[in-house]
Amino acid sequence: MSALPTRKNEAWRYSDLAAVARHWPVAVEPVVVPAGETHSDIIRASEEGIRHLAISIGAGGAYRLTILDSGRAYGRIALDVTLHDGADFQMGAILIGKGAQTIELVSTVRHVGPNATSRQIVRAVAGGTATTSYLGQVAVAREGQKTDASQSFKAILLNRGATANAKPELEIFADDVKCAHGAAIGEIDNNALFYMTSRGVPPAQARALLTRAFLSDALEGLDEATTETLEAEITALLETAA
Amino acid sequence: MLVIDNLTAEIDGKTILKGLTLTVNAGEVHAIMGPNGAGKSTLSYVLAGRAGYEVTGGSVTFRGEDLLAKAPHERAAAGLFLGLQYPVEIPGVSNLLFLRTALNAQRTLRGELEASGAEFMKLAKAAAEKLGLPFDMMKRAVNQGFSGGEKKRNEMVQMHVLQPFLAVLDETDSGLDIDALRVVSDGINSMRGPDRATLLITHYQRLLDYVVPDHIHVLMDGRIVHSGGAELAHKLEAEGYSAIAA
Repeated sequence: MSALPTRKNEAWRYSDLAAVARHWPVAVEPVVVPAGETHSDIIRASEEGIRHLAISIGAGGAYRLTILDSGRAYGRIALDVTLHDGADFQMGAILIGKGAQTIELVSTVRHVGPNATSRQIVRAVAGGTATTSYLGQVAVAREGQKTDASQSFKAILLNRGATANAKPELEIFADDVKCAHGAAIGEIDNNALFYMTSRGVPPAQARALLTRAFLSDALEGLDEATTETLEAEITALLETAA
Repeated sequence: MLVIDNLTAEIDGKTILKGLTLTVNAGEVHAIMGPNGAGKSTLSYVLAGRAGYEVTGGSVTFRGEDLLAKAPHERAAAGLFLGLQYPVEIPGVSNLLFLRTALNAQRTLRGELEASGAEFMKLAKAAAEKLGLPFDMMKRAVNQGFSGGEKKRNEMVQMHVLQPFLAVLDETDSGLDIDALRVVSDGINSMRGPDRATLLITHYQRLLDYVVPDHIHVLMDGRIVHSGGAELAHKLEAEGYSAIAA
C-alpha cells in the first residue's frame, strides 16, 4: 500500500482521490486482541484523513468495534480483520455524510481458523451531495470451517444529490460455512413522516427521529449508557445533515 | 368548529372531491358514510394536509382560521386529529417517545409549557388504561407487531393524550371485534363535550350504534348528496347508498 491508489482500484473507486493524495501514505495501526480476551472500542472519526486498522483476534477472543463516522470533507476507515479459531468480531458502524463529504468504510474480514463468527452492521445516511460507501469483504480460508459471518448495509438518502455505494464481497474456500449479506438503499418512509407530522411533530424533527431510529440498528447490543451517549451524539450530528 | 365550503381536490390529476360542503359545530358528532371510492379517505387526508392531495378549489375554516394554509403539524397543534384507517408502523421509535415528542411539539407551537416527564407519563398511563392497551405496549416501537385492533386502540390513546378539538376518525371501526369496538366507542364518547367535535368516517352503521351521531351525511362521487339524523344509518344499511341518493 505504498503507491497512490487510482480509480481503477475497486477499493478506491468512490474515493475523493485528491483528498487521498494529501493523506498518503497511510500508517497501519495494529490492534491485537490476545487469545481468550474480550476487547471493545469506539471510534469517533471526525477529522479528515484515512485510518487503516489491522485487527488480529486470537483464538477464542472477542472484539466489539463501534464506529461513528462523520463530519469532515473526506474520511476513510479501512479495517483488515483476522479471526483465528473460535474468535468473534462484532462491528456496528454509522456513517453520516452531509454537504459534499465523502465518507468511506472498507472492511476485509478474514476467517483464517475454524468456528469464528463475525457480524457487521453498517447504517449510513447521506444528505446534500455527500457520498457514503461501504465496501465489505468476507474472506473464508480453507481452514475456516463452521464460519458464521454476516454483514448488513442499509443507507438512507436525504436528498436527490446524495449517494450511497455498497459493495459486498464474499470469497469462500471452505465448504461448511454460513455467510449472509444484505444491502439496501432508500429514502425516509413518507408514510411514517406524514404520520408523525399529523400528530404535531415538525417535519425536520420527524426526519431526525426517523433517521436516528434507522441508524440505531448499528448500536444493537451496546449497554444502555453507551447507547444513550451515542444516540445523543447522533442527534446532534443529524440536526445539520438535511 | 369546521366549515368546509365547496371543496374540490385531486390526487395525481384525478379529481376526487367535487364541491364538498359541510359544517360541523362544536359539541356535535357527524358521520360520513359512503361507498368505496366516494372520497371519504381523501377528505380526511385533505383535512390533515397529506402531501399529494391537492386542493383545487373551495375553502376549509377550522376554529376561525384557514386550515388549508397550515402545514400538517400546525393543523395538529391547532387541535385537529386524524385517526388513520391504517396506522403506520415506525421501527425504532417507541410509542412513548413518539407521543411525548408530538405532545410537546404541539405545546411549543401553541406557546405553552412542555409536559414534564412525570406529567406525560401520568397522561399516557391514564389513556392506555382507559383504552385497554397494556402499558408495556407503549414502550414498544410505534404499532410494530400490533394487531389491527391494538393499532386502533393506540390511535385512541394518542387522541386522549393530545386532546384535540376535532377528531376525524377514518374507518376507526374497521378491524375491531365487538369488545374492542365497545372500548374504542367508549373512548370516542368520553371525548364528547361542548368544546369538541368528531367527524366519523365509516362504511358501516355498526359503530354508529355505539357512538350515536347528531348528523349523518352520505358522500358519493365527491359530494355530500344527502344528510339526515342518526336514523339514516339504518335506512342506508337496509336500502343501500344508491336508493338514498336517488
